[in-house]
Amino acid sequence: MSQPRPPNAPSASGNPSAPPQKEPSSSHTTGLRYPSNGKTIYHRHLSRSKTAELSQASFAYLFSEMVTYAQRRVTGIQDLEKRLNTQGHPLGLKLLDLLLIREPPRSQSRPLNIITLLHFIKINLWQHLFGRQADRLEKSSDPDAPDEYMIIDNEPLVNAYVSVPKEMSQLNCAAFVAGIIEGVCDGAVFPARVTAHSVGSKEEGEMWPGKTVFLVKFQPEVLEREALIGGKG
Amino acid sequence: MCVSLIQPPIHQSHRHTKRLSRTVFALIIINKAGGLIYNRTFHEGGLNKISTNELLVLAGTFHGVHAITARLNPIPTPGANRNSASSAGTMMRPEPPSGLEVLESENFRLQCFTTLTGIKFLLFTDTTQTNVDLTMRRVYEMYTDYVMKNPFYQLEMPVRCDMFDRKLLSYIREINNR
Repeated sequence: MSQPRPPNAPSASGNPSAPPQKEPSSSHTTGLRYPSNGKTIYHRHLSRSKTAELSQASFAYLFSEMVTYAQRRVTGIQDLEKRLNTQGHPLGLKLLDLLLIREPPRSQSRPLNIITLLHFIKINLWQHLFGRQADRLEKSSDPDAPDEYMIIDNEPLVNAYVSVPKEMSQLNCAAFVAGIIEGVCDGAVFPARVTAHSVGSKEEGEMWPGKTVFLVKFQPEVLEREALIGGKG
Repeated sequence: MCVSLIQPPIHQSHRHTKRLSRTVFALIIINKAGGLIYNRTFHEGGLNKISTNELLVLAGTFHGVHAITARLNPIPTPGANRNSASSAGTMMRPEPPSGLEVLESENFRLQCFTTLTGIKFLLFTDTTQTNVDLTMRRVYEMYTDYVMKNPFYQLEMPVRCDMFDRKLLSYIREINNR
């Protein structure tokens, strides 16, 4: 208790205004480490990371572990896709808010009709997640399914290193991205079911063997409302 | 022993071999227990065809031979370069012997690359093939990308990854057609 201290050593009682990060950081005093300039991740501006890049390898390993995790005690391929979807859903909900607030104030309103929403997903969401836009956006040509839209990605980033074994050929791990899309749709109050389907042929010479269609199926009430407002928003 | 198992057909004319130079014949991957986990032939006619059973034997035999050659290599006696070690202030540990690296016969060349985790890549090429190190490195890169990052691959088990096959084939085809 009464051990002598050097005069400039920080003490627990004295100088309460000193910021915590000025204390000498040693691993046995505290588990938290502050950067020397005191700026933690919470001090950064939300709109900052436009050009920030992440390592694709670390993402690939992380995603691989996510798939392995989802595979535990799973009953079938549908169940596995459902789990991947569930993992992505909260991301979509949060990304909707984040991406809207990063927009210039003029266009910050949330999408009000289906087309704006899908364009927002194809352009803003894809740009943010994968650094490029989705390749195509299509409406189902089937007259019985006016509620179905398709977002097409020739080479989904999440599947870059994934080879699905033959016995699980219906599985597409981009179900995770489908979950993100579903989260965005739900967050924008356009409740929908989104599923991922592989459409690239496995034959040799195929340009996009990993081509994936994200099928967006909106709930009936969405189309009802869309008809009421005449698609104008 | 390995040589006798995959004896290449003796070419009648030497000119024929010249024309076929710069070819990568086959790739074999052996796990750290000596089991065959991948094999692919890229060029028909370079080597005799052998059955899967023989391939498994080949992989196991090579594994054993490799272990023996690693032991044959005498470790340099400690103190041989003590001067440089003491000046650095740290104990210098000699590079562990790597064992067999290249096996050359009249008609083919076998290059072995052992990863830090003990997996062996064997590349069978033409004797005149250049830049095999580079090819090997690229193959290893593909392995780390398309096999190790695949959530459905189990360690030490046979490699069955479409993506790896596809990328490997197109890369080797590019080399063979050069």
